[in-house]
Amino acid sequence: MTEANSRIDALIKSNDVVLFMKGTALFPQCGFSSRAISILDHLGVCYETVDVLQDPEIRQGIKAYSDWPTVPQLYVKGEFIGGSDIMVEMYEAGELQALITDKRVAKA
Amino acid sequence: MAAADIEMLIRAGIPDARIEITDLAGDGDHYSARVVSESFRGLARVRQHQRVYETLGTRMGGELHALQLTTACPEQEPIS
Repeated sequence: MTEANSRIDALIKSNDVVLFMKGTALFPQCGFSSRAISILDHLGVCYETVDVLQDPEIRQGIKAYSDWPTVPQLYVKGEFIGGSDIMVEMYEAGELQALITDKRVAKA
Repeated sequence: MAAADIEMLIRAGIPDARIEITDLAGDGDHYSARVVSESFRGLARVRQHQRVYETLGTRMGGELHALQLTTACPEQEPIS
């Protein structure tokens, strides 16, 4: 496993909800990341963010790790959920709410 | 990247797809695509999106900056 992969592994295993994004929760640097943060805030869960703009190794590594070409990327309890479009679809269908309940994710 | 090129690439990889592409900002750089295909049946949403991304290869996140994507199987289509 490459160093980037082990770091990504550690991040998604040590946090229930992790969002790999551009920018920070307070200052998202891209519309898609901003949308993902809004959804997490609406869900009211505790989450960790990783700013890929500050970390080129993770920025490249996460694409291969998830087999997903873009950020943001959401992980819940170690499972890759998808990007912001999937988050929107799941949120609107109530599926994201069900997922965090099923997986017993801690509320903020 | 032109909308017609995006459509052509997706169709090459998913021949039965019904594809609607919208240029969101009119700048040839921010698109939304809705892709409906029988081949998505039984696949989780993540896998459906991955199938579309595969058809776009390395362009996604590169020359194609922003593509808002929704996928569905034929009868999941909302009746309009």
